[in-house]
Amino acid sequence: MIEIYNLKKSFNGQPVLKGVNLKIRDGELLAIVGQSGAGKSVLIKMLIGIHQPDDGKILIQGEDIIEICKDDVCSLRERFGVVFQGGALFDSMTVFENVAFPLQERTKLEEGVIRDKVTNALEEVGLRGVEDKYPAELSGGMKKRVALARALITEPSIVLFDEPTTGLDPIILRSIHNLIKEAHVRYGFTGVIISHEIPEIFEVADRVAMLYDGRIVEAGTPEEIVGSDNPVVRQFISGSLEGPIEVIR
Amino acid sequence: MAEDMTGQSVQGSTPELPKGGIIALVGILGSWALNELRTMGSMFIFLMRSLVLIFRPPFKIRLLIRQIMFFGNRSLLIVILTGLFAGMVLALQGYYTLMKFGSEALLGPAVALSLIRELGPVLSALMVTGRAGSALTAEIGIMRISEQIDALLAMALSPIKYLVVPNILAALIAFPLLSAIFDVVGIYGGWLIAVKLLGLSSGTYFSQMEQFVDMADVIMGLEKSLCFGLLVSWVCCYKGYYAGFGAKGVSKATTAAVVLSSVLVLVFDYLIGSFWL
Repeated sequence: MIEIYNLKKSFNGQPVLKGVNLKIRDGELLAIVGQSGAGKSVLIKMLIGIHQPDDGKILIQGEDIIEICKDDVCSLRERFGVVFQGGALFDSMTVFENVAFPLQERTKLEEGVIRDKVTNALEEVGLRGVEDKYPAELSGGMKKRVALARALITEPSIVLFDEPTTGLDPIILRSIHNLIKEAHVRYGFTGVIISHEIPEIFEVADRVAMLYDGRIVEAGTPEEIVGSDNPVVRQFISGSLEGPIEVIR
Repeated sequence: MAEDMTGQSVQGSTPELPKGGIIALVGILGSWALNELRTMGSMFIFLMRSLVLIFRPPFKIRLLIRQIMFFGNRSLLIVILTGLFAGMVLALQGYYTLMKFGSEALLGPAVALSLIRELGPVLSALMVTGRAGSALTAEIGIMRISEQIDALLAMALSPIKYLVVPNILAALIAFPLLSAIFDVVGIYGGWLIAVKLLGLSSGTYFSQMEQFVDMADVIMGLEKSLCFGLLVSWVCCYKGYYAGFGAKGVSKATTAAVVLSSVLVLVFDYLIGSFWL
């Protein structure tokens, strides 16, 4: 269980998170939706302790990550896999080296075992024959797949996806969503997906939470969110220009 | 410390301009001084964390060799070229000056001492700063803005261990070697001018050098190179690690790294020189 209590964060005096409260159950796939700049990515970075909040508490299986992960190396983060927005693949490494990297650095597995695991992980995300390519030689969709393979290679208990489908065409988007769902069933991790993809994300997530004005304004199953009476949620999922969400025209 | 990881706490905000003559000026100066003090503190903590991690296993030998290649490969040609011309200019100007006192025979030691004690370490450090140091800042800066540093943190690995420690160690090895190459090439550049152009005998040029150049001079040059290696790698890594947002942030960080490294090289050149004399 991930428990977030009254989380607050400001940048240069500008409040981004004004008191986020959220509970993420073990094994569920929770999507966090919200406007661009609402603080969703900041929230994800706080979950792994690389942004420190101004106030509030985050408990990972009862352990306070903010207290534990004050230094740059923190063993609690070994429980996480993260797929960053742009993939965050290491430019100077090949695809194979990128995916193998967490295993080489964090485990004592033999090279042969690592090779097999990397090959399997890449096949699971539908990639073959790209091991020797560099990230710059890959398409956007392929980069996301490699990032997914790298995040899952250590079989983490919690996986965070920061806009894993941004900038992809609808077909690749759906295939990445399917990969996430399949991986979730296979590994049983607790997943948090930051997404703008409405309504596609409703097919992937077990629950959806909406972040607006620095707070979670609604959380529930996709059906509950679709049927919500909250005017903010209704405007966001309908993409309407009229409503309580201010739109710059 | 976690604030430092994301670069948030060290990004100084531009001070608001308070209204009213002297108070406004004092406000701006005070704000600037506080910001500079905060940056210096952050730089010092960054260096201390890096130095501590140098001695903590696992040791990244492969990365270290790659970074020695990075410094050496990128800077060797430019160091040879500047070394050659520095030696030639020294010989030319030195001959003209020494001739006035009838001491042309001392041209060899004059060139050698100037190069070994002063110009070798300083000019090679400045060349490496411009060539490899700027590239290092840009590389780490791009890793910052493309979340590669965050990816390392998310893997429970220390970015400083992977990105900073190998560069500091590599600079400590590469700077003295490049400086030595600069000295040797410079001495031969001086020889070209002294012997081939000005007609000094080769024996005079080298034998006098042997007599006047002590081991202490070589050690001084070596110490300067080590010091400059630490300074340049520290400043360039720090500026890249805390680069601001976007391409503009990286370009600002790169410029700041080159300027600050160059100034520090010259300042410490004077400080080390005055300490030894």
